[in-house]
Amino acid sequence: MIRGNEYKQLDWQLILCYLILMLIGWVSIFSAVYDEEHGHILDITQRYGMQFIWIVTSVVIAFIVLFVIDPKIYSTLAWLIYGGSLLLLLAVIFLGIEVNGSNSWFEFGPVRFQPAEISKIATTMALASLMSGYNFRFKSIEGYAKIALIILIPMAIIVMQKETGSALIYGAFILMLYREGLSGWYISLGIMAILLFLITLSSSPFVAVIVLTSIMVIARGVLSRRAIVHLLGLAALLPLMILSPRMGDIPAISQKIDLPDVFWLSTIIVPLLLLHIISAIKSKFKLYQNIALSFVLAVILIFSVEFFFERILKDHQRARIENLLGINVDLKGAGYNVHQSKIAIGSGGFWGKGFLQGTQTKFNFVPEQSTDFIFCTVGEEWGFVGSSFLIFLYLFMIIRIYNLAEKQKDTFNRVYGYSLASIMFLHFFINIGMTIGIMPVIGIPLPFVSYGGSSLWSFTLFLFIFIRLDLDRRK
Amino acid sequence: MAFDLGKKNILILGVIVIALVFLVQLFYLQILDEEYKVTAENNAYRYDVRYPARGLIMDRNKKILAGNETAYDIMITPYEVKPFDTLDLCNIFDLDYLEVRGKLKEYRKNRRRIGFQSMPFVKQATSIQYTIFLEKAYKFPGFSAVSRTIRNYPYNSGANLLGYITEADTSFLRKNPEYRRGDYIGKTGIEQSYEEVLKGKKGHNIFLRDVHNQVKSSFADGKYDLEAVPGMSIISTIDAELQQYGELLMRNKIGSLVAIEPSTGEILTLVSSPGIDVTKLATINKYYSELVNDPLKPLFNRAVMSPYPPGSVFKLVNALVGLEEGVLDSDTRYSCSGGYHVGRGVACHPHPSPTDLTRSIMMSCNTYYCHVFRNIIDNPKYSSVTEGFIRWKEMVESFGFGKKLGTDFPAEQGGTLPSTGTYDKIHGKDKWKSLSIISLAIGQGEIGTTPLHLANFAATVANRGYYIVPHVVRGSPDTLINTEYREKNYTKVSTANFEKIIEGMFLAVNSPPGSGATASRVAVKGLDICGKTGTAQNPHGKDHSVFICFAPRDNPRIAIVAYIENAGFGATWAAPIASLLTEMYLTRKIERKDMEAFILQGDLIGNTTVR
Repeated sequence: MIRGNEYKQLDWQLILCYLILMLIGWVSIFSAVYDEEHGHILDITQRYGMQFIWIVTSVVIAFIVLFVIDPKIYSTLAWLIYGGSLLLLLAVIFLGIEVNGSNSWFEFGPVRFQPAEISKIATTMALASLMSGYNFRFKSIEGYAKIALIILIPMAIIVMQKETGSALIYGAFILMLYREGLSGWYISLGIMAILLFLITLSSSPFVAVIVLTSIMVIARGVLSRRAIVHLLGLAALLPLMILSPRMGDIPAISQKIDLPDVFWLSTIIVPLLLLHIISAIKSKFKLYQNIALSFVLAVILIFSVEFFFERILKDHQRARIENLLGINVDLKGAGYNVHQSKIAIGSGGFWGKGFLQGTQTKFNFVPEQSTDFIFCTVGEEWGFVGSSFLIFLYLFMIIRIYNLAEKQKDTFNRVYGYSLASIMFLHFFINIGMTIGIMPVIGIPLPFVSYGGSSLWSFTLFLFIFIRLDLDRRK
Repeated sequence: MAFDLGKKNILILGVIVIALVFLVQLFYLQILDEEYKVTAENNAYRYDVRYPARGLIMDRNKKILAGNETAYDIMITPYEVKPFDTLDLCNIFDLDYLEVRGKLKEYRKNRRRIGFQSMPFVKQATSIQYTIFLEKAYKFPGFSAVSRTIRNYPYNSGANLLGYITEADTSFLRKNPEYRRGDYIGKTGIEQSYEEVLKGKKGHNIFLRDVHNQVKSSFADGKYDLEAVPGMSIISTIDAELQQYGELLMRNKIGSLVAIEPSTGEILTLVSSPGIDVTKLATINKYYSELVNDPLKPLFNRAVMSPYPPGSVFKLVNALVGLEEGVLDSDTRYSCSGGYHVGRGVACHPHPSPTDLTRSIMMSCNTYYCHVFRNIIDNPKYSSVTEGFIRWKEMVESFGFGKKLGTDFPAEQGGTLPSTGTYDKIHGKDKWKSLSIISLAIGQGEIGTTPLHLANFAATVANRGYYIVPHVVRGSPDTLINTEYREKNYTKVSTANFEKIIEGMFLAVNSPPGSGATASRVAVKGLDICGKTGTAQNPHGKDHSVFICFAPRDNPRIAIVAYIENAGFGATWAAPIASLLTEMYLTRKIERKDMEAFILQGDLIGNTTVR
């Protein structure tokens, strides 16, 4: 319980950001679905009226979290909450209703609720509880396995609900794990894998291998502290690699064999790789082994991209990625949302068209404009100025939560804070990224802004539990 | 690591980098790239076209030939249609019940694809139907009426001359990208030639719409709406009453009647018979296939398109060329014994012999012109027949024959004149002589002239040596459009020589009966009609009846050609028709009721073998 003047020590900066974001969301939803017949912003037959109710109830939830619930119960009840959320996740597959092809919603009268939202908090608590245990050893097989299980079980159930987007969000935990001791190699590898995947798709394995080799040479240079030598070497190597297929043009050779570009490239890279492996064994420098291993894994990845892309991804997912990369742009089909969304945002200009003046978002050109594509309304009506403001607001919040989390003395609180910031960040990254056409379309909401009760409630819960946890540090 | 940032700060750096990437992309989308702003406008605004009223077409006395009236298209928006009393709707618009049912079924099937678009259900409903519909409109959800103007024709004449209006077709739209589907354009006649002037400028009302194409509201309270600008009216050179009278005279005859004011080149009357019935003109699409399939080809404007042999009328041209070339004089005489008996020979009708120039015209002696023509071609001045022919052709062309005159009337054809090549092909190179082409002496053979050519020739003679390109439009009430139709086109024949043949033309009409003059029966006292008959042989049937004339002799006010297909002698049909038209124009009444009655009763369509 908060007593006396303790509430003054709450992190009011975060609370203010939270309120501003909700207000922006409400106004944007009003603008997005506005029509003159239902002109009043509190008309609950319309989404903006409903959003007002969500906002009020969220504030109530925030109040309860801050002033009523004892924060100690989160670590105590973490496993119970986690177990309960798993049950809800499973139950919704059988008892829920189908919305847009996924079975992830409960419906109670007018209220719809998505357990996946709560599951994020529950998983965070479970992870925090696990990792704050005093005999928990992170860098052990057992530790990795437990963490992986806690994250992967809800992810798997959510994938079964056909909510791939929500499942992806669990990837955010890797950022928290990084802070808690996971090697940066994994994140680097992850980022590199995505990069190579995209390069392979949008151009060719040949280009991807060249990029990969360049990255590896630079990494080796940085790690061996001989960056200049390696950069010079790379400068010499690049033209060689790019021109390597021309070897096939040499008359003496071309008469006999006709081989793919990558073969000629390998005639240059394989000797280099062997050289590197020899020096890795000699120097016993562990990172050199990592480089060699990463390189081999990445090459395997590059050549399995086509298989993964054609066989494993579903048609609509493939279409979204193709659209993003400009391989196969279909403005009436998979590319429609993003194209319309870019039109809406682009038409906003510097100052925007002004409140209720947006023509694109208001008249339903952008689908899902009050939920996943709410950023369009901001972009169209408030322009570059408004969009930047919103981005800075998120930036500020996320950085602040990371900073506060770092300050926590209690591991539970720190893990919780890092998870919160990372999940918020991934939502922010994917959601805004897709509306401005630099991420594929993945249907997840923009925290505190998108229309929807369960998203707003759970993010409120998520944030205010942290604010309350943080208060204990300050006392 | 040497430069350990701390893992927290690395994460924060990552977040900042992503935020920066977002800002750069937003900067590109919202500030640098213009494309998205333009697309947005096309997306959300709906332009409802406001069609302008088409310009009026008036006659030379500012009587309206083609006016406007409002018609109503009943539109259907299939998406909004709810069950209604189909029979009631059918009664209002006189529609077939089963047909309507079928149509509605079709729409219902496609209503998703059609969406909120409206399409015409009943085209050009009358204002009475419209009024009844308005009263009951509440019973028919999904139906609405839009007005547009259609033509009406108070004078009930001049269909082929005026042309008609129809919806622009695909090939037209491809060539004229400024038009949109659903626009109406002028086809044939004045409507086509002066489309630019008549069409006016479309306006628009701007509405905001949503993705379903459903109109949400008027944009900015109509501040940016654009009023349609009505088309400019046109004052044509046509004399509406004369045109009407001409059409009356030509009823049940096949052929053309063209009248020109010689001093200006203004076309007073242009009749092609049989033509399009004016009552069908406004709604021509309904009758189009009927008109196209009519064996008498009402859509074909004979007056400007059909190349006919000019017949004896052409003797005047040869006379003028002969005079100018110095191989002929007023006193030159040739005797005629029923024909020109050299080579295959050319027959002639009985008349007093010998004749001088004047009497050769008055009596239309074939023999005389065989002599004249051979003298022109075989002129010792020139080294060869070919050269003589080329000179002859040069002279003939200076009258406008064998080429398009350049009138403002669309579809004008140039007729044909033979070239040396024509005869080289028939007879072999340099194997032909003046005698081989003797038919040209009397306007037969390898020559084709449109009635417009002949009318223009009559005007040229009336002007004693020049013509102004005939045209049908004088200008607009405020502006003069056709400044180019001012120039005098001089022939290669001097004015003095014209006077010599005009005497013959005067006598051909104004000699006492029995004198051998070909057209003495059409003389009108005081009008001084000068004319020349023609009887053009044609391989397909009875001779064509031709007459050109102008009147009065001094300061002529009208020049006319009447060309009646398969009607026999020029004097029988063509001459009375032309003279009646002259009388009407000059005196505004008809004294010769007998002749008028004779012409009006004449039904010559049976004479024609329909091909």
